[in-house]
Amino acid sequence: MLIFIARRLLLAVLVTLTVLTASFALTRLSGDLAISIAGPQATSEDIEIIRKAYGLNRPVVVQFGDWVVSAATGDLGRSYLYHEPVARLIAARMPTTLTLGLCGLVVALGIALPLGILAAMREGSLMDRGIMMVAVVGQAMPTFWLGLLLVIIFGLKLGWLPISGADEWDGFVLPAFVLGFSAVPALMRLTRSGMVDALASDYIRTARAKGLSRAAIVLKHAARNAAMPVVAVAAVQLGFMLSGSVVIEGVFALHGVGYLAWESISKNDFPVVQAVVLFLAVIYIALTVLADMLNAFLDPRLRTQ
Amino acid sequence: MSALLEVEGLRVRFNSRAEAVRGVSIAVNKGETHCLVGESGCGKSVSSLAIMGLLAKGGQRTADRLAFGGQDLRGLSERAMSRLRGDRMAMIFQEPMTSLNPAYTIGSQMAEVLTRHRGGSRRAALDRAASLLGRVGITAPGMRLAQYPHQLSGGLRQRVMIAMALMCDPELLIADEPTTALDVTVQAQILRLLMELQRELGLAILLITHDLGIVARMADRVSVMYAGEVVESATAGALFAAPSHPYTRGLLACVPIPGTIARGAALGSIPGTVPRIALGFQGCGFRDRCALADASCAGAVPVQRRAAGHEYACRLEPGWGERALGERALGEQA
Amino acid sequence: MAGLLGVLIVAGVALMAVLAPWITPYDAFAQDLTMRMIPPAFMEGGRPDHLFGTDQLGRDYLSRLIYGARISMLIGVATVITSGLIGITLGMLGGFIGGRVDMVVMFIITCRLSIPLILVALAVVSLVGSSLTVVVMTLGLLLWERFAVVTRTTVMQVRTLDYVAAAWAAGCSRTHILLREVLPNIVHHLVVVATLEMAIAILLEAALSFLGLGVPPPLPSWGLMISEAKDYMFFSPWVIMVPGISLFVLVLGINFMGDALRDRLGASREA
Ligand SMILES: Nc1ncnc2c1ncn2[C@@H]1O[C@H](COP(=O)(O)OP(=O)(O)O)[C@@H](O)[C@H]1O
Ligand code: SF4
Ligand SMILES: [Mg+2]
Repeated sequence: MLIFIARRLLLAVLVTLTVLTASFALTRLSGDLAISIAGPQATSEDIEIIRKAYGLNRPVVVQFGDWVVSAATGDLGRSYLYHEPVARLIAARMPTTLTLGLCGLVVALGIALPLGILAAMREGSLMDRGIMMVAVVGQAMPTFWLGLLLVIIFGLKLGWLPISGADEWDGFVLPAFVLGFSAVPALMRLTRSGMVDALASDYIRTARAKGLSRAAIVLKHAARNAAMPVVAVAAVQLGFMLSGSVVIEGVFALHGVGYLAWESISKNDFPVVQAVVLFLAVIYIALTVLADMLNAFLDPRLRTQ
Repeated sequence: MSALLEVEGLRVRFNSRAEAVRGVSIAVNKGETHCLVGESGCGKSVSSLAIMGLLAKGGQRTADRLAFGGQDLRGLSERAMSRLRGDRMAMIFQEPMTSLNPAYTIGSQMAEVLTRHRGGSRRAALDRAASLLGRVGITAPGMRLAQYPHQLSGGLRQRVMIAMALMCDPELLIADEPTTALDVTVQAQILRLLMELQRELGLAILLITHDLGIVARMADRVSVMYAGEVVESATAGALFAAPSHPYTRGLLACVPIPGTIARGAALGSIPGTVPRIALGFQGCGFRDRCALADASCAGAVPVQRRAAGHEYACRLEPGWGERALGERALGEQA
Repeated sequence: MAGLLGVLIVAGVALMAVLAPWITPYDAFAQDLTMRMIPPAFMEGGRPDHLFGTDQLGRDYLSRLIYGARISMLIGVATVITSGLIGITLGMLGGFIGGRVDMVVMFIITCRLSIPLILVALAVVSLVGSSLTVVVMTLGLLLWERFAVVTRTTVMQVRTLDYVAAAWAAGCSRTHILLREVLPNIVHHLVVVATLEMAIAILLEAALSFLGLGVPPPLPSWGLMISEAKDYMFFSPWVIMVPGISLFVLVLGINFMGDALRDRLGASREA
């Protein structure tokens, strides 16, 4: 068990380092950063000044080393646009995105788990096929378009929810639903197939032979065994939702990390872009590690090794 | 007095084309061991699952009579049936490795049987579980309760299954090939345990097996199954003394003297395999493999009474071929 | 049933894409400021000569829609080809050679999965400059991991089979075995992945264009059409309905097709 955790963490560190390198390399893609920062009207003197000011005249290797060292100490650089430490910018925007992501996860699980279980219990029935159709349709729905549709319906026509922004909790309802909905198909499919396998297993026959109630059979005995892959994928989906919030925050004008990223990308604010990419990647890596640990804990075969 | 479990004309089909069980009748009396014996695929498991109401999805059951302790099980709702299962009738399976839920401790899986049917505290249920684990010969039961199935060997798991089946003091235990997946020495231990428990608790056991050695050791009564039907039914003594169906004789043919069967003697000395019987099949299901088949075997097959409580389904009258069999036995002794 | 519908939808859109220059009723780029925001013909205020109405610059919506099909199909197909090449190569290396190489491949896949997809795509397009080629290349470079994962697993299953062993015994070269014995036996899984990836690529391009960092205007990408129309959607919801429904139906059709292929070809669920 300890070895398992150690190996998992080592892998996580290696992946983080690689992503760190990649996100640095990403911002050097355009060739000369100084030209991009200076904008189209800049003279060559302007560019030279910028190059000096941002330390872009040093060798790339030195710049990279600098960025790694400071990133490791939590210093993600300063925003060209806001003239503020990037870490502070992200910290200020994080609550919005995190709220969105977690609410989205709750929505996704709230829809996917019951429907997936129901479909598995009635495998092959009309209801099963209907539920799976929801998954196929959900997968084809462009999230940003769904967001706009819901804004028109619930914001404009019915007037139940705000059209944009999230000053109150109700501003999160639509974006969280849309974000969560995007994760429903994958989670629902997995829940269903896991439950179908579990329900056909020998230990479920034993549970029935013991005369247990239907609820105990499905929710206690089958669901527990179907849960492990769902936990893993739920973590992955939460990671996807956090980075996917760049679209949703755009649609609903929420000022979270996604919006910050979009803004800094459009305005060539590279330190912020670099940092947000790295930050979201680290969250994703942490989530997958967490899911593995949770699974190791859920699965007695792993836990008691 | 009527039997504890009465089954008449039990039929099971999984789809519209074939029938897995075709009119099986079995009666299991209080406190006796009834062996259901037959080659693999002849419908033993399906019959027992049908009795327990545990058929897999798509399995359809009909019966002329299906009663437990005088209560008709046919019209019972799933809910009412689940009240009986695990309480008054229990079942253990062939696959000890997969029959326990890997995600829960032994204690938790055992305790829930008692709390489900009898209520009471979990503590009390765990105490009973521990004492039953001790009873089925598991050492350090207190420690075992906290363990998970994967930490136990196959033999131990089957003991756990048996102990779990006994949680509510059932009247009937259906054991579907409980030792097939186990080592020979462990097999013997489990069988001895079942015999002891039966004597001690007055348990009725419907023991399913394809092993004639087990039948010879355990059975009070025997039903021989072939292709979804019971072809011969008798007390164990009568069956081994005077096997009357050609199939039964075929099974016993490899055995020198009836009644002294080597442990582990396998079935299937008869060439061919159990056929799948299509719906609306007429005549004797064994006739493809029967050396004595004639044209009349394609018609309705009569049930012959060899003695009280000894019946078989065949065109041949009681006493057929007896002299030949006797002579051969004599010849072999000489 | 749904599979057939899917094929019909995809074939229809593909046909539209190919024939776009000949079947559009108007020039998809021609603005006519006197004819702005005319609703579709079947709605109140619509005109029969603009079946799906006109946009905020007076361009014929149907013509732009038909041209948009070109972009979506192009993105879908080109992305599948690039990402397929990358993913299948990596998956084959890992699955066939195994050992250290496989560890490296798995590591690359893990790294790719940790990178926030949309964000990096946006950043790349923004840095390199937005054009159709850049979008295609970016998506191709980012969307290969499912190809890699499925190729890797299926190659691992196939390589232990008898005929592969027989080919080894016959002294065939590695490349020969990979291309002639292994690939044909996993191709049905890959076809299913390809449909899935195509759908994802189309949706992703639409999202990028919606955020203003995908296909550059005035190209009529469906995502861009939604983006340009969204300021008007409160007064005339149809402006986002027309491209949105097109996008939805196309992706739905591809998914239907993929599901039907999966069932028919017996590909695995994970694909
Ligand atoms: N769930 C099922 N669906 C369809 N056919 C089944 C099912 N279970 C068993 N059968 C068929 O019923 C017949 C009897 O099987 P079974 O009772 O398991 O035999 P055994 O005597 O070895 O226990 C076999 O032909 C088997 O194929
Ligand atoms: S009825 Fe005919 S075929 Fe069947 S066992 Fe008797 S002799 Fe053989
Ligand atoms: Mg069986």
